[in-house]
Order: sequence, then C-alpha cells, then structure tokens
Amino acid sequence: MSIMGTRVVRVEDPRLLTTGAVYTEDLRDPRLTGALHLTFVRAPMAHARILSIQTADALAFPGVVAVLTAADLGMEPMPPAMPMFTQTMTTSLLATDTVRFVGDAVAVVVTETAYQGQDAADHVHVEYDHLPALIDLREAASDAVLLYPQAGTNTVFAMGPAELDPELFAGCEVVVTQEIVNQRVAAAPLEGRAAAATIEDGRLIMWVSTQAAQDAKGAICRWLGIEPETLRVITPDVGGGFGAKIGADPDHAVVGAVARHLGRPVRWTETRSENMVAMTHGRGQLNTVTIGGKRDGTVLAYRLEILQDAGAQPRIGAVLPALTTLMAPAVYAFPKVEVKARSVVTTTTPTAAYRGAGRPEATHAIERGLDLFAAEIGMDPGEVRRTNLLPAFTEPHTTATGAVYDTGDYAVALDKALAASDYPALRAEQERRRAAGEEKLLGIGLSVYVEITGQAPASEIADVELRPDGSARVLTGTSPHGQGHATAWAMLVSEETGVPMDRITVEHGDTDLIPVGGGTFGSRSLQQGGAAVRQATRELVELARQRAADLLEANPDDIVVDTARAGVHVAGSPDAGVSFAELAAKEPLQVHTTFTSPGPTFPFGAHVAVVEVDVRTGKARLERLIAVDDAGTILNPLLAEGQRHGGYAQGVAQALIEEVRYDPEGNPETSTLATYPFLGITDVPSFEPVDMATPTPYNTLGAKGVGEAGTIGATPAVHNAVIDAVAHLGVRHIDMPTTPMRVWSALRAAEAAS
Amino acid sequence: MIPAPFSYVRADSVDHVLSLLVEHGDEAKVLAGGQSLLPILKMRLARPEVVVDISRLSELAYVRVEGDEVAIGAATRHREVVDSADLQRDVPLLPYVASLVGDRQVRHRGTFGGSLVHGDPAADLPAAVLALGATFVIQGPAGRREVPAPEFFQDYFQTAVGEDELLLEIRVPRVPGVGWAYEKFTRRANDWAIVAVAAVDNRVALANMSMTPMRAVAVEAALAGGASAAQAAQAAAEGTSPVTDMHADEEYRGHLARVLTERALVTAAGR
Ligand SMILES: Cc1cc2nc3c(=O)[nH]c(=O)nc-3n(C[C@H](O)[C@H](O)[C@H](O)COP(=O)(O)OP(=O)(O)OC[C@H]3O[C@@H](n4cnc5c(N)ncnc54)[C@H](O)[C@@H]3O)c2cc1C
Repeated sequence: MSIMGTRVVRVEDPRLLTTGAVYTEDLRDPRLTGALHLTFVRAPMAHARILSIQTADALAFPGVVAVLTAADLGMEPMPPAMPMFTQTMTTSLLATDTVRFVGDAVAVVVTETAYQGQDAADHVHVEYDHLPALIDLREAASDAVLLYPQAGTNTVFAMGPAELDPELFAGCEVVVTQEIVNQRVAAAPLEGRAAAATIEDGRLIMWVSTQAAQDAKGAICRWLGIEPETLRVITPDVGGGFGAKIGADPDHAVVGAVARHLGRPVRWTETRSENMVAMTHGRGQLNTVTIGGKRDGTVLAYRLEILQDAGAQPRIGAVLPALTTLMAPAVYAFPKVEVKARSVVTTTTPTAAYRGAGRPEATHAIERGLDLFAAEIGMDPGEVRRTNLLPAFTEPHTTATGAVYDTGDYAVALDKALAASDYPALRAEQERRRAAGEEKLLGIGLSVYVEITGQAPASEIADVELRPDGSARVLTGTSPHGQGHATAWAMLVSEETGVPMDRITVEHGDTDLIPVGGGTFGSRSLQQGGAAVRQATRELVELARQRAADLLEANPDDIVVDTARAGVHVAGSPDAGVSFAELAAKEPLQVHTTFTSPGPTFPFGAHVAVVEVDVRTGKARLERLIAVDDAGTILNPLLAEGQRHGGYAQGVAQALIEEVRYDPEGNPETSTLATYPFLGITDVPSFEPVDMATPTPYNTLGAKGVGEAGTIGATPAVHNAVIDAVAHLGVRHIDMPTTPMRVWSALRAAEAAS
Repeated sequence: MIPAPFSYVRADSVDHVLSLLVEHGDEAKVLAGGQSLLPILKMRLARPEVVVDISRLSELAYVRVEGDEVAIGAATRHREVVDSADLQRDVPLLPYVASLVGDRQVRHRGTFGGSLVHGDPAADLPAAVLALGATFVIQGPAGRREVPAPEFFQDYFQTAVGEDELLLEIRVPRVPGVGWAYEKFTRRANDWAIVAVAAVDNRVALANMSMTPMRAVAVEAALAGGASAAQAAQAAAEGTSPVTDMHADEEYRGHLARVLTERALVTAAGR
C-alpha cells in the first residue's frame, strides 16, 4: 500500500523528545574546545554619531581576552548586496561612525566564559553625539532627516509608475480609500540567533543557526572578503526561523571575523532581549488602498500604495514590496490594478522576511479593502468577493502585475469555507445578539487568498544513495528547522524503492557536503527539494534497472521495481531479482540531480474567522477559524496540518495582539517577552482546517507550498471579523493589532460621531 | 539577560535570614520564588551583592486555620494556595486569584509572600488580600510586628517590609459563604492584569489603578448608601491615578475599572 498522502508520524521526534535537539549553543564539537564567548556592545539609542569608544576599562575585567571594534577588525562600510537598493547606503558589520537603531552593533567583547561578557560589555564606554530619531514612515519618506546623508534620500528601493493614473477610477460609482497599517512584528523563534566558529587547516568553519547554509556562506564570504573555498558552514538543529534566519546576519559574520582575528574558536548565542532588538523584524508596511467599482459589487479598479519600513539598514525587508506588488491583484478579476511602492529607512531594527514576507501584506490590503467596499455599498462581504473572483483555470493565468498563476479555483475554496462555517447561521446568530442587545457581539470575517511559493531559487538539488547495507542516504539543499523534511524525504525514497523509513537518513546544511542548495524559505521545500528527491530516486531506480538487466541478463524494459525486496526483478519472475543493496555492493548506487521548476506555484484558499467582541471592554476573542488551504497534492497531512496550525496562530496573533513598538525617541517598548505578546494555546480555539487539493502541473508531486498559508489567510479574516462585530455601531476601520483599547476607542469615536 | 555577579546563600532558618540581612544591609536581597526578582536581576535593574534564598524554609510554607483566620506562611507557593482545601472552603477568593497568577510554572515557583512584598500595583494577590482585610506579620531586628493591609502597600513597588525585615505570615479572615469575585482584564491568558477588581461582600479593591493596589472607597460608600451594583460601579475610578502605557491610557483604565467593578459586584452578590 502506498504511503503517499498518509499521516506518517515524524521520524525526527524520538530524538527531539528524548535526547533533545543539538542547537548551536549545545555543540560539543572538539573543534570548539576552549572556545571564547562573544558579547556584542549594542547602541542604547536610536541614532547617534560615535565620537569615541573607550575599551580600557572593559579589558581589565576578569576573563576578557579582547575588546574589538570595526577599526580593530578592519571593517569598512559596504554597499548593500542587492543591486536595486540605493548603493550609497553603506553599512559595516560593526558601526564605524554612526549607530542607527537601538541594538546596532558597536563592538564585541571576547571572554573566557559567557557570563563574563556582559559585565565587561557594560564597561565599554562609547561617547555618542545624539542625532534625531526617525520612526514615522511618512516623515522618513519626506527626507527631512537623513539616515545616510551621503545618499541624499531615505528611499532604499522604489517601484511602480512615476505618476499615478488620474483616470484609474473613471466611471466608478463608488470609490473607497483607506490607510491600512500592516504593523511590524517580531519573529522571536524559540532559539535565537547563534553561531560558532573555528579555524581548521587555514579554513574558517562556522556553525550557524540558519534556514539556508549556502546563502549564509555566500553572505559571510562577501562580508569578510574571503574566498568560498576558505569557508565551510554547518547547520546544527535550528529552533525556528520564520524567515528571520534566511542566510546570515552581519552578527554571524562578526563571529567569523573574530575567530579569524584571534585564531581561536569563538561562540555566540544571543539573549532573548538581544534577539528582540537585533534580529530582523517582519512586516512594517503602511498601505493606502483605493477601490472603485459599481454598486452591484463589481470592482473596476484597485490601487495600492505601499510604504515599507526597511528599518535602519537595507536588508531583505526593503525588497518585500516587490512581492506585495506582484500579489496585489490577488484572486480577483479586477480590470485595472495599479501599485506603487517605496521602502524607506528608519531608526529601527532592520526588517526582513517573516512568514509570508510581502504576500500577507498584499492579501491583507485587498481583503480589508474589499470589506470597506462591501460596507460602503451595503453588500455581504462573501457576495462581493464572489462577484469579483477569477473563474477557475487550469491553464496559466497572467495577472495585471505579471504573476503567472499555475492553477486555481477560488470560488470553490470560498464556497467550501462558507459551507464549513455554516455562514448563514453565523450571520443569523450575529443578528440575534445585536437585536437582543447582548454584550458579547459576534463578528464574522472572510479572506480569500492566493500566494506565491517556491519563487526563488527555482532549482533544488537532491542526492540519493542506496547502500550495500540496505540503507539509504539523502542529501538535500533544503534546510529543515521544524517542518519535518526528514520524514517527508524518507517517504519519497521509501515509496519508490521499498527501503524502510527507518533505514533512510536525510542530511542537510553542510556546505562541504552540499555545496549547492537553496535552503528552506518561501514555502519552497517540498515543491522543489521534495521534487528533486523524487527525481533523484526515480533516476536511481532507473540506474538500478539498467544494472540489474546486465546482471540478470534481461531486457531493461522487463526489469520492474520490487519494493517488497527493496530491489528489482524480472517481470513475471519474482525469483529472478536482486536487491538495491546487492547492486550497491557491486558498484556505488548514487544519483545527484537538480530539479528545476517551470515556475513558482500559487497556493490559495479561503478563511472564515468568528470572533466575539465584548462591546463594553472592546476585547476580541477568536472563537473559530475555518480554513480552506489548497496547497496542491498533500504528501503527508500530518506535516501539512502542522504548518497550517502554526501559521494560523501567528496570523491570528498579528490581527489581535502582536506589535513591535517604539517610542518617539526610537526606544523599543517591546524588547522582552513580558512586553511583546504572543497568543498561547489557551488563547486560540482548536482550528478547523478544511481540505482542498488542486495539483500543480509544475512537479510530479503536484505539490504547492503550505508553510506560510496560515499567516496569509488568517490575519485578514480575523482582522475583518473584529471590525465586522462592531460595524453596525458605525465603526469602519481599526488598525491592527485590534487591541481592546483600540476597539473601545473606535466604538467611542463612532458613538461621538453619530 | 545575564545578571551581575552576586553571592548566593541558602538560608537554613529565619534567624539565619535576619542575621544576613542585618550584616549586609541594602546589599542583600531575599530570594523566594524568584519569579519577580530573577527578571530584575537579569535586566540588571538591581545588583545586590548577596542573595538570600528562603524558598526551602519549610517553617515559612504552610496554610493553617487558626480561629477566625487562616494563616499563610510567606514562602507558600501559589500552587499550594490554589490547592488548599482550607482556603477553598473558608477564603475561596484566594485560591481562585492565585490560579490566575502567571502560568503553571510561575505558580509552582512563585510564593504568596513574594508577590505581596514585591508590591507591584498590577499584581493580583495584593488586591485580593486588600479586599479581604489581611494582616501581615513581619519580623526584623527589633522583633515582630503586625501590619494591617491598608498600611502594608505604601508606594510603587514599596511595602511596609524594611530592608532588614522578613515577611513571615499573612493572616486572612475566614469568610465562608460570603460572596466574592475577581475580575481580571488581560491581553491574553496567563498575563498581567491591565486592570483587575476584587470584591468580597461589599469590599472592593482595584489592581493597577494607582501606584499601589487600592480600595475603591467611593464604590464601597455608594453600596453602603444603598446603591445598586451598576450605580456604585460608576464611582470605581474615583480617586484613582492609573498609569498610561501601551495597553491602556488613564481614561480606558477608568472605564475598565467601572465595567469590571460592576461585573464583580454582580458575581459576588450571586455567590
Ligand atoms: C511569566 C510570569 C508571569 C507572571 N504573571 C503574574 C500575574 O499574572 N499576576 C501576578 O500577580 N503576578 C505574576 N507574576 C509574578 C509572580 O506573582 C511572582 O511570583 C511574584 O510577583 C513574586 O513572588 P516570588 O516568590 O517569585 O518572589 P521573588 O521574585 O523571589 O521576590 C520578589 C521580591 O520580594 C522579596 N521577598 C520575597 N519574599 C519575601 C519575604 N518573605 N520577606 C521579605 N521580602 C521578600 C524579594 O526580595 C524581592 O524583592 C508573574 C511572573 C512571571 C515570571
């Protein structure tokens, strides 16, 4: 019986639940014996010129081996890696003359033990000359205060038409417009950032907690100015990343620089409060949505103006508006779509990818906007969506912004979600509570989404070897950090070969072993890495058939796979067979292959959120989340649902509670987990995933990505639900997070206005 | 998130604690469950030279019925308060409120006395003992003294327990059958109160509405004058001076105090 599509339990878990993971900090590699510990000295203010750095006092502390600055390590400002960014916005690994956010790295203290570091770091005296903070995005866009004076602008990246089309909304009966905040959030993985480094035979060996070892290697080589052959990056177990661990951060490169400078092993593990200010944040867009259409619900034109908060340095966050732009037309057949985007620097933690990375922002903007349009014309939000959805398609569909959707059937997704939630009954209950004047109001929110997964890189490698002892080894260029690749990749090999699951090992994340690989982000792993594993396995089986044909003196076409024996036999003669192990004993049986997808895939779905809002206190609580997520053919529902549930929780939390905040001087107000809130298991209901599977033709698995769908669909559905609960009282919009005070304030404002 | 260096002493008796406090003065800090002190040390907001651990002093961990009162040892863990059959029967407010303090891990470590001495205006147990009219037993070099609840909470994170003193015991009146309620308004489960209201009979105390937990005197007066719960609750913000933070401004806190007070009074009256 095939195991494809079944709930194979995770092969990773016995180790994780017994001896436990080995994170970077847990490494007991002999090459790290006697490793020194690195502590960063970070800027305590948002923006300042560095006048002097005095290290003598710190050097006198017990256990201090070195206190190093950019000058000591020969670090010079470098232009941003991405060519489309303003190249004069140069930054160095440790600040040379200016700090631009609280948490900016200024110097490092190197000590014998970890605990000595903080004591000494407190005594590195940095003399600062304050410069004005820049927190507000519009102020940043005005260029009144410049973060990089030599650039003459705060704009890192911009795209879209130079002039907005004055005729875009011509002929519209109704035009609604709204500024919508997609607030900054923290990835805050359970394991923060960490690295270890040593020198071995003249090469730098680094262990990095990363989602992509090969990217990390590329970035560190570039920052340190070293040749690729002289660096090896190894990925230990990784305790979560959510996009913020793609590749390497400058801080990781500093660890390598210090190891090279001192010629000794060095390790670094950030603390939680360091993580909250120095790991990149996600989202951070201010979007202006304008929708025009007819009173029958037809939308004629949609405009999205994006202002992205890049934070203090040009990193991945600055380019995310490109993805928001690409996905702006969403699931709809709008005749006209116009998007203009701009990313600006501010005196805050740099932004980067965070679960969805640019796509949730696109979905959120249009899904919130459509609700505003529906409210304006007095039409049911479900009906407005249905009116404008693209019809089902099986041939690629090209959108106004140039995305080429592979397959989709959005109306069915919406129908399934509405049916599973019993939408009419929910509306009736909402009406009943309103009429009865109950304190606990019901809110119902919808979202229909399409997203893009596996956008880049388009290729992935796999290397599969069947061994003489009957085992199999898989090398993958993807980089698991909780998703369950070891289980999924083993299923793919076991299915085709009959090698038992427990005899298959999956290795990843060592650049010597796997020099080329794309890592794990953008929900790409299964559709590219998994497809590569299947391709390699099939090529391997083909190779085995050829060899068996010679051995068994049969025509290769007559050799069939015999999974019961983990080998092959001559068709019709099960006794005339040979196992893969026997074949491998004669000659190594190994295939290295590269799978290239014809294009990214476009998973889609529809969510219905039901919230209860206490009309007296303003507090919203999620009661139900019904979620149709179509990620093509599902290899293992257990793993897919794990991704979905986790994504929902993060998506719900962004709608209701999460937000990274700064005071006007640029001081972080949410730099510990006491002040930065998550939702826990007690704060969310048991989610209600609904299955739908429209295969993609782009890989033999039929698989699209599923890792980020939860955050993309859930956030706007929950956000819309909160506003829906109080819409009859005159509330039109409330920005996220919809905290109790925000809802209460909106209710009061509506009351005052009426 | 790494504390400054300190020396650690595990005390073996109350006398031992007191002698260490006298010896080291303001350089010493008592460690009970550590659920408030350790974060403070890690954030380097305090840098004591000596930390005196009282968490294993069994002579400070008990719940005993004594006449009209229940006596609770200062180092009794929140979980023991939650589980105490005597408290559940005679002072049901306390096990209920203790069950809302933080999460399970916090309740297994944190102590009843620690939460009170810490004097955080947003904490839950201070408001509860204030509504109950508890008495605090404190020991110092000059001997033992008893302090009534209204005099115990003196200022922001400041209580009647001096630097060289130890809180030994908290005595609460037994109130079986008396109506009670606790309304805690939070961002999410297991979190600190944005505002909370404790009600015992017609006594009402507020958390996070001032620099200290406080009795809602105006509400109590209105109730004494025959006002309904809804009417009396309108006075809940009178005399308060709540902070403005990212969760709530002063006005919103005042509003919450009124809503929660009404709900607490209605629940208490129904019990
Ligand atoms: C994640 C988390 C969530 C929390 N949530 C809540 C919540 O929802 N509601 C709430 O009310 N609290 C909450 N707390 C705080 C919790 O209640 C603590 O247990 C309590 O504040 C302190 O008690 P402790 O025994 O841990 O004291 P410690 O942290 O050990 O000490 C606190 C202070 O009291 C002093 N002290 C302790 N015992 C004595 C004594 N017997 N005599 C003299 N001085 C003493 C210490 O020197 C110190 O200054 C939370 C804590 C955490 C970590």
